[in-house]
Amino acid sequence: MSARAIASAVLALAVLLLPAVAGPFLRYLVLNMLLLALLALSFNLLFGMTGLLSFGQGAFYSGGAYAAALLLRAGVPLLWSILLGAVAAAALAAILGAFCVRHTRIYFSMLTLAFGMLVYAVVWKWTDVTGGDDGLIGIPRGRLGLPGPLDLSLDSPVRYYLFAAVLVLVSMAVLHRLSRSPLGLSLRSIRENAERAEFSGVRVRRTIYIAFVTAGLFAGLSGALLAPLEQTVSPSTAHWTKSAEPVMATLIGGPFSFLGPILGAVVYLGLKEIIVRFTEYWLLVFGLVLLGCVLTFRSGIVGAVEEAWARRRRA
Amino acid sequence: MYLWLVAAGLSLIFGVMRVLNFAHGSLYMLGAYFAWVAFRVSGSFWVALLAGPLLVAAAGWAMEFGFLRRVYSAPEAFQLLLTFAFVLMLDDVVKLAFGPVYQSPPTPAALSGAVMIGRSILPTYHLFILGVGGLVGLGLWLFLEKTSFGLVIRATAADREMARALGVRSSRLFTWVFVLGAWLAGLGGALSMPVRAISPGMGEFIIIEAFVVVVLGGLGSLRGAFLGSVLIGLLHAYGLLFMPVFELALGYMAMALVLIVRPWGLFGVREG
Repeated sequence: MSARAIASAVLALAVLLLPAVAGPFLRYLVLNMLLLALLALSFNLLFGMTGLLSFGQGAFYSGGAYAAALLLRAGVPLLWSILLGAVAAAALAAILGAFCVRHTRIYFSMLTLAFGMLVYAVVWKWTDVTGGDDGLIGIPRGRLGLPGPLDLSLDSPVRYYLFAAVLVLVSMAVLHRLSRSPLGLSLRSIRENAERAEFSGVRVRRTIYIAFVTAGLFAGLSGALLAPLEQTVSPSTAHWTKSAEPVMATLIGGPFSFLGPILGAVVYLGLKEIIVRFTEYWLLVFGLVLLGCVLTFRSGIVGAVEEAWARRRRA
Repeated sequence: MYLWLVAAGLSLIFGVMRVLNFAHGSLYMLGAYFAWVAFRVSGSFWVALLAGPLLVAAAGWAMEFGFLRRVYSAPEAFQLLLTFAFVLMLDDVVKLAFGPVYQSPPTPAALSGAVMIGRSILPTYHLFILGVGGLVGLGLWLFLEKTSFGLVIRATAADREMARALGVRSSRLFTWVFVLGAWLAGLGGALSMPVRAISPGMGEFIIIEAFVVVVLGGLGSLRGAFLGSVLIGLLHAYGLLFMPVFELALGYMAMALVLIVRPWGLFGVREG
């Protein structure tokens, strides 16, 4: 086992053992970090690897959240609601993605933004199903939905934390495998030079499409896990300011490494938690941090650390 | 009409600099707040209308000169993020300076009446906005088409490399274009002040509207921005009348549709 694998295993174990030592506040914070990390990873599947900046991850995030919430309220067991929620988001991504992948660069960003806000508008207005601007409230956590003794009740927050954490960690592992797979390699070749990738046999559009739908799936999973955690869903999950969160987390952490978006999500929510204790104007401080990131280290924290490391080795 | 002013500035900046300015809505908001402050200080609506946009132009200058020009060489995504950082900061700065509550300044007495045109009654102030918008549009058109500086701007928009090779100092030009765009946004904000209540966060709404307009008309096309804002205005008005449920979604639907079918916009010119 490599040092990295051991480090990841230790971290994963730490996340799972957290409820034993931490109170409800820290547990809630860490789970939120995990969900944002998953959302940021899904965003970075497109941005970090292909350079396509999606401003509409919120659409799939809220798609997953609403789908899961509706299923749960209809009495479907938790695990299936969550998984089906993610699948619903992927289906949404499959439809919207068919249009989005035909564009590059700024037009891709604009189109994802348009679709994101379209979903927002639909959620806001379709009161019969989505509850309009009140959102859906009173979402039950219910039972897990596995046969026999595994059909646990997940009403207790600790159990729900464990359930969600396991799903997020598994997803991270899958995404990590994916980034090392032939698909990940083709995606990276598209970022470097799409034309050359096409000539060497990569079917550029199809590859991007697969990445887009996969990103939608995991963004949906992140949203689906949010619904039973908060026990409410509101239209703000689809607003473009929500879509901007994974973008910022990724940029802070560093888009060019797998760890970047995860670290970024932790720093983003951690900073927010710390800053709001001192001032309600946390966005001001955060804007300054973002400004600093863009101006000084564009490869994020991970990139900056790697650079410093490389310099020390050379010295 | 103030939407057109905001969209025109956004489109101008994008056309020439290829930067999608997320902070444009915030500049619009600043315009409204600066004008409001100028109004409280001077007591005159006209002073406010003049001073507000000029102050925004100054803020635009600081933004471009101090920050934005450092990231021109970076990928587009970073320019976008830089302007986004300003959205976050300006929202809070405004909250800090003016408080989170809504403000609604009065319409100046001279413009507060209504006018009968044919069978319909129009508030004078709306006519005034229409007039100012039209005048600014005309001025912009004359400036871009008839002056040598306008020619340089159009040349840079058409082919940046070539313009630079022919001796255009693009960095200075960018600053001025950004300042002009900021002024337009500020004017839009200042004009909207008496009609729409001022609040922090008003920028977040207008920027999306402006995006829709600019995309509809074609990124970088001023004529497109004008026609796009008229179209959006009509779409919202008729949408509200005939299918109020879809009113909010209509604009985004139009935007997505245009991007899919004609990404260069309804009135734009296809590139390359």
